[in-house]
Amino acid sequence: MLAQRDAFGDTLVELCETDSRVVVLDGDLANSTKSDKVAVARPDRFLMMGIAEQNLAGAAAGMSTLGLIPWVSSFAAFLASRDLDQIRVVVAQPRLNVKFAAHYSGLLTGYTGKTHQVVNDIAIMRSLPNMTVIAPCDAEEARAAIRAATLWDGPVYVRLTRDPIATITQPADTFEIGKARLLRAGSDIGIISTGTQTVRAMEAIKLLANDGIDAALLHVPTIKPLDESAIVDLARRVDCVLTCEEHSVLGGLGGATAEVLAAAYPTRVERLGIADVDGESGPNDALLHKYGLTAQHVVARARRMLARV
Amino acid sequence: MNASQIAKIGNDVRRRVLLAVQHAGAGHIGGVLSAADMLAALYFRILRVDPARPDWPDRDRFILSKGHCAIGLYTILALRGYFSLSELDTFDAIDSRLQGHPDMTKLPGLDMSTGSLGQGLSPGIGIALGARMLGKSFRTWVMLGDGEIQEGQIWEAAFCAARYELDNLTAILDWNHLQQFGWATSQGYASIARRDPLDQAREKWEAFGWNVFECNGHDVEEFIAVCDAAVAAKGRPSIVIAHTIKGKGVSFMEHDYTWHSRPLSKTDVDRAFAELGY
Repeated sequence: MLAQRDAFGDTLVELCETDSRVVVLDGDLANSTKSDKVAVARPDRFLMMGIAEQNLAGAAAGMSTLGLIPWVSSFAAFLASRDLDQIRVVVAQPRLNVKFAAHYSGLLTGYTGKTHQVVNDIAIMRSLPNMTVIAPCDAEEARAAIRAATLWDGPVYVRLTRDPIATITQPADTFEIGKARLLRAGSDIGIISTGTQTVRAMEAIKLLANDGIDAALLHVPTIKPLDESAIVDLARRVDCVLTCEEHSVLGGLGGATAEVLAAAYPTRVERLGIADVDGESGPNDALLHKYGLTAQHVVARARRMLARV
Repeated sequence: MNASQIAKIGNDVRRRVLLAVQHAGAGHIGGVLSAADMLAALYFRILRVDPARPDWPDRDRFILSKGHCAIGLYTILALRGYFSLSELDTFDAIDSRLQGHPDMTKLPGLDMSTGSLGQGLSPGIGIALGARMLGKSFRTWVMLGDGEIQEGQIWEAAFCAARYELDNLTAILDWNHLQQFGWATSQGYASIARRDPLDQAREKWEAFGWNVFECNGHDVEEFIAVCDAAVAAKGRPSIVIAHTIKGKGVSFMEHDYTWHSRPLSKTDVDRAFAELGY
């Protein structure tokens, strides 16, 4: 069990040692987002920018024009909404080389309630031209995604979560921006998931296998650019598709999958995610249960789709 | 180049901007005329730039935060030799490099894309911070409008620049005393009279920790002297508060908010040219 935010802090310290272009800009959340590891190890590469997210994003944009690679570290809720115009106008439109570490995404934000939870950031970010959107499934993949994003030419939004989660990615697994990973082949139902919801989906396919249901699991860490051929290939091999994400059912991976399959290979698709509602404060287990994101919810939904209740 | 030669270039900017706006059928005018003399002084005297090498890493940076005055920037860039003057006729046309607001992905010589007001000072801070990290000695300049500093992000940036003591950053405030629509005076909104977009500019910037300089933004010699003083001032970011006139140089446009942006008729242009001495 490792937290993506710890992986973020450690990886950025490592990148600051190996790449002289890397700089971390913090919105006064360094001890939450673990960019404090950089602040301590490499104070020369760390800039505390205050509780001022609009200036934070704009400053990063300017810095990137000098060939530096600024990592903007803040909460996803603030980056995707408060900073949207700055990201749109001075980062995405000019396609500047700014990286966003969007921490505390989804519902599991440590008892913050809806103001600090963002459940539609994938939908917002993937609708911006030039933006790349990645939601890694665990700490190991977060490390790889952060390294890849640093080397990617253009803006990248990396969606990260707060709390420790089981590691399902092996250090030997390759990570490539824009590539999905088939974690299990199967013929009854194709489950497509992103972010840390993939860890719960992994648990779900094991439970389904115990019931004799042969479910495939395609993990899609890059929501944009989307690995459309992997999604279509999966759809060709199964009866129906269920998307899973700790995100709104509107416009996220579910929306992206439905858009692809509607055009390329019409398939029955259902979307498991957060209904069109805001979150609330609460323990993680209670939140996952109430908003329908546990492995058991994935199992129940898959069984219902297959009429094997 | 001396001040009177630069003033002539400022006047030429006015002429060419009016032609370009007339040709395009629409465009911002008032805030371009207020900035014209300063743009001329910046590009022909103050900024260390090389039109032949728009990507020269050690060039001074200039960000037009009041991006709606793009045609003024395009005109001075063309006059300085970044591209041909004839290209000004493509302003606002489809496929043009001269977009309604500056687009750095299309036109060399633009150090930032701007247009959504209040956003230009922050990239200037990022560039100034980055220059310091990289040991570069170039200077970053940001031109602000008086209306746009109503945006909260400007004050986030003002605070941050002072916190990092960015003495390699200079802001220029084009205080032309009008914004697009503005607040009514006691005469109400039916009158063209408007309240100033801003008050206590000096006190505000000083309170945020900036060195503050003031000048007449239409007196080229004074503007250059004040910019020199701003460059020499150390330990804090500097702002040059330039007192200007919206619509400067054309009597029927001066002090009239309706000339912020509007189409120009041939009669308008003829009258304006007569006043500008063309």
